Amino acid sequence: MSHVPNINFFKATTGLKSWLFTLDHKRIGLMYLGFIWFSFFLGGIFALLLRLELLFPNGWFLTDRQYDQLFTLHGAVMVFLFIIPSIPASLGNFFLPIMIGAKDVAFPRLNLASFYIYVVGAVFGIGSMLIGAVDTGWTFYTPYSTSTDTAVITMTLAAFILGFSSILTGVNFLATVHNMRAKGMTWFKMPLFVWSLYATAVIQILATPVLGITLLLLILEKTINIGIFDPSLGGDPILFQHFFWFYSHPAVYIMILPAMGLMSEMISTFSRRSIFGYRFMAYSSIAIAIIAFLVWGHHLFVSGQSMYANMIFSFLTYLVAIPSGIKVFNWMATMYKGSLDLKTPFLYALAFIFLFTIGGVTGIFLAALAVDIHLTDTYFVVAHFHYVMVGGTVMAFIGGMHYWWPKMIGKMYNEYWARVACFLIFLGFNLVFFVQFIMGSKGMPRRYHTYLDQFQPLHAFSTYGSWVLGLGFLVMIIYLIHSIFYGEKAPANPWNGITLEWKTESPPVLENFDKVPEITHDPYDFAAVDGKKYE
Amino acid sequence: MILMILRQLMEKNMSSNEVLVGRSHEVAHQFDTAEQEFNTAKLGMWVFMAQEILFFGGLFVAYAVFRMMHPDMFREAAHHLSLKWGLLNTLFLLTSSFTMTLGERAIRQDKIKQGIMLLMTTVGLATAFMGVKAIEYAAKIHHGYLPAKWFFGEGMDNSLHLFFGIYFALTGLHGVHVIIGIGLILWLVYRTIRGEFGSHYFLPIEMVTLYWHLVDLVWTFLFPLLYLIR
Ligand SMILES: [Cu+2]
Repeated sequence: MSHVPNINFFKATTGLKSWLFTLDHKRIGLMYLGFIWFSFFLGGIFALLLRLELLFPNGWFLTDRQYDQLFTLHGAVMVFLFIIPSIPASLGNFFLPIMIGAKDVAFPRLNLASFYIYVVGAVFGIGSMLIGAVDTGWTFYTPYSTSTDTAVITMTLAAFILGFSSILTGVNFLATVHNMRAKGMTWFKMPLFVWSLYATAVIQILATPVLGITLLLLILEKTINIGIFDPSLGGDPILFQHFFWFYSHPAVYIMILPAMGLMSEMISTFSRRSIFGYRFMAYSSIAIAIIAFLVWGHHLFVSGQSMYANMIFSFLTYLVAIPSGIKVFNWMATMYKGSLDLKTPFLYALAFIFLFTIGGVTGIFLAALAVDIHLTDTYFVVAHFHYVMVGGTVMAFIGGMHYWWPKMIGKMYNEYWARVACFLIFLGFNLVFFVQFIMGSKGMPRRYHTYLDQFQPLHAFSTYGSWVLGLGFLVMIIYLIHSIFYGEKAPANPWNGITLEWKTESPPVLENFDKVPEITHDPYDFAAVDGKKYE
Repeated sequence: MILMILRQLMEKNMSSNEVLVGRSHEVAHQFDTAEQEFNTAKLGMWVFMAQEILFFGGLFVAYAVFRMMHPDMFREAAHHLSLKWGLLNTLFLLTSSFTMTLGERAIRQDKIKQGIMLLMTTVGLATAFMGVKAIEYAAKIHHGYLPAKWFFGEGMDNSLHLFFGIYFALTGLHGVHVIIGIGLILWLVYRTIRGEFGSHYFLPIEMVTLYWHLVDLVWTFLFPLLYLIR
């Protein structure tokens, strides 16, 4: 085997070409990270505009149609371009091979291909906004989506392409976890982030193709009228909803599982304690991946689905609470009597626990049939999934990015400003969304830009919150970019972590390790590493 | 025929772990051994095929749902398809799966010429399949048996147009897979002629063979569902 010089992967080769054609999982991960945050800020600008429009009850600067287009684009960009690829494609790409002691993912060329497929999908998605932004909502429900004159075909094609990218990432990660582990890295010595990526890969591979065929059928419906979803031709529009949610419910776990994995990494490192119930954590990830496929019908409670199907789907949805609950309790138990180090990533982890718990519990309200009939299509639902997706996934993603920033970039960010941003984001998020639970329970419907005067104070409150939230993100970009150029050089192991990524330099060398690391202890066995007993 | 192919498949699976690849082929840098590379690629391919099955799965579910909604219409619809052409195509595809497997086997045993002949036979059969498909499509279009909105064919049942929406979606998607398969096999032939494959390295051939069996397998479901159940 040829000898690879031990220089860090930034300096190994230089020039634009060395990035565009790179097969190094670390560079691909970083490129993903850039694109994914770009998408986030795009979707974020849409969100700020939506909130601004909602400041007054009569719709003051957007037409009905523009508002429809704006919330559709916010949803589509945030779901397909940001949150589905978010953690796996960026941090997962960078750290999965390192954490199992591999030199790269199983198929580096496929990895680069999936990145470019993502870029092509992004071009289609953003391009569709220019030729007639979609106004169907990100779910593209038929029959409206087959009759509107906006660019549904281009946008669904984008989602189709992005789905393909997601499948290829899943295939790559699954093969990597199975076959690329270093000697001694047995299944139960793998960090929990790896376990969660594995469970995510299974969902990506088995659920995404169903979205693919659904969107393809929608495109065929719109172009050659095959009639499957068209009620005027004898087709069944509810079938579209079944197909769509058969993917899109599991997709929720594509979004949250990697975040849960990150949580386990951060909580154990900053509590300096072995994760409580490691095997339960690993199995609960798999359990979530399995149950994920059995609950899609809870999106159709009021669509005319049979009552018995509703009851079964309601029951199965309750089941999801069990593995999710196991995880939350285990994180709490891990922190109990640990020596907590309140660094920024850990603050985000705490924010996750707080917000995800609210998001999860309100999910149980919605799983209850009688309550759901009242709450369907109100702001309560909007608040619920934002608490899970932003309060959960995005908090963990930002936390994880801070946790590994020194490792990826080789520079330390400013801890003071990081805490300020964390505080602003946490505060702003709650200001925006907590009142939406109240509005929703009082019957404020989603997807309207005009509303009854009585909701005005709450809507205004939510809009003010969005400015705090936006400011928090602005502070974050500034100090992160600042750190790239002026940050202190990061040591190899700034947080005294003990998983494998801390055993290589910051940033890592070209093939991740100078020599293949020896796996001598369990991933979170701080007692063994520190040579003392932690109570 | 199917039994023979199954036996081929099983033999291949049993022997692949024993055959160590990698005499002159250079193992990609991320792997330690050729065996690891081989097994990883194979796992990746199997997983990708699971994805393919779910992709078609959506259409099969649509078929099942509409069949349940309109059982009489589906019974009538099958009479509008030509059993003869369908049978011939089934024969073409099953045989092509067989020649594909034989071709892979030949190249693995360094019988390069024979291997290329067999791969080209596979391409020939696949092209014949597409030819028959074209004849069938032309007849359907001529008689107006088109997807829902364009339908002007004659039939007893007034929801017959729905069947042809599903028919064209299913067979069309399958046809696209056949065309991709033809491209892949031609690419294999090109690389074989350049001398890249032999007993020392045949991973891509193995992958494409797996893919080709899948295309065949999908058809063995399509044929009875669309043509046979009357
Ligand atoms: Cu759901």
